Amino acid sequence: MAYFDAASTEPLHPAAREALIANLDAGGADPARLYGSARRARLLLERARAEAAEAIGARPDEVSFTSSGTQAVHLGVLGTLLGRRRAGRHLVTSAVEHSSVLQAGAVHQREGGTVETVGVDLTGRVDPAEFAAAVAREGTALACLQTANHEVGTLQPVPEAAEACGAAGVPLLVDAAQTLGRLPIPAGWSVLAASAHKWGGPAGVGLLAVRKGTRWRSPLPEDERERRRVPGFENVPAAVAAVAALRAVIAEAEEENARLSALVDRVREAVPRLVPDVEVVGDATRRAPHIVTFSCLYVAGEAILTELDRAGFAVSSGSSCTASTLRPSHVLEAMGVLTHGNVRVSLPRGASGAEVDRFLSVLPGIVRRIRESVGVRT
Amino acid sequence: MTSRQKSAPEEAAPPPAALTIDALGRKCPIPIIMLAERINEVPLNATVAVLADDPAAFTDVPAWCRLKSHHHVASYELPGGGWAIHVRRNY
Repeated sequence: MAYFDAASTEPLHPAAREALIANLDAGGADPARLYGSARRARLLLERARAEAAEAIGARPDEVSFTSSGTQAVHLGVLGTLLGRRRAGRHLVTSAVEHSSVLQAGAVHQREGGTVETVGVDLTGRVDPAEFAAAVAREGTALACLQTANHEVGTLQPVPEAAEACGAAGVPLLVDAAQTLGRLPIPAGWSVLAASAHKWGGPAGVGLLAVRKGTRWRSPLPEDERERRRVPGFENVPAAVAAVAALRAVIAEAEEENARLSALVDRVREAVPRLVPDVEVVGDATRRAPHIVTFSCLYVAGEAILTELDRAGFAVSSGSSCTASTLRPSHVLEAMGVLTHGNVRVSLPRGASGAEVDRFLSVLPGIVRRIRESVGVRT
Repeated sequence: MTSRQKSAPEEAAPPPAALTIDALGRKCPIPIIMLAERINEVPLNATVAVLADDPAAFTDVPAWCRLKSHHHVASYELPGGGWAIHVRRNY
């Protein structure tokens, strides 16, 4: 089986596995207590925090470990809105943010706040001028923008958004889930959220960083853990493993990005040449190194996923009727590209050229057979 | 790159079309397949109306027009749910 679904979850990095096993016992005590094993657990946790802070360009006291990337986003969005309540109740996001951002916005709206969603162009990129205009509006409490889109890989204009937010005095939450570990974090964020299993750490660990000077208040009941930012007992071994993976992937990033990006270019070039009536979506150059998405006309997303699985390829799709949803992906809808017949290939660390070539050799026949089965000839 | 917002559906009654394809209750890509099969039945510059209620069709019919160089005229909301998506045959 060739695993091409890194954007959903990256396989556990060997450095994470090693650190997890090595610290399962040592990291098991309560880091809030004062006896020896507790102090050792706290030391492990604080060392992981310092290393995570260094990796994202933050101070250790700005960084918290959460129980997931989604929890980091929920706390980041709702906590900043709560902290900034006096400044206003208006939230600005892009139309292609991860559902965790949009759902946090929906909660804000139900509680009487307002949300403005900035659209994207055909490549999935936010127009920086439009985003800046939205941010400058009176009463904006928070703006949110992802580093790269999780479904099509397009990089967002975070530096420009950060500049606009700085000028307007509005904090910017950057969702770095798809790029942390792979690409440097753009400067200018006030709140940063990320997810360890996307970079090869274990599931169940997220990162939330809140810059000093950014008003933030927990939207959840009071809890002493993680400097009162994140409720619940810390998972010290998982946090240590997550940071071990982060350091390892950062060290490998330059070489691995170049390799995976060349494979993505190969897919982007070959798919429209080998398969008729296909649209490769997302920006061809301003993109995450490992993600490529295309849509095949006249093909149901579910059918193509099933056939690719049978041929030994794990990929995902933004089409409706795939996995958990009856609606097509909000990202593809916002871009205005075909939502049916959609395939996302996202390459994990170590994906090989031979696997990609085999994918390219089986895809044309699979698409042709599905089309023929519904009476379409191209 | 053109900055493009997904066009909001028109609320006015749709103008008459040369051909109406009833794809109500059909899931994508079936409405698109029906449109591709039958668009050549109308004269050049005439309009085909695709009636569809799969949410994917609202995005996918205009996207098909862009890929196939036909013209998406407008999408009109139907009183019973779904849309009449009007497409002009360009070639």
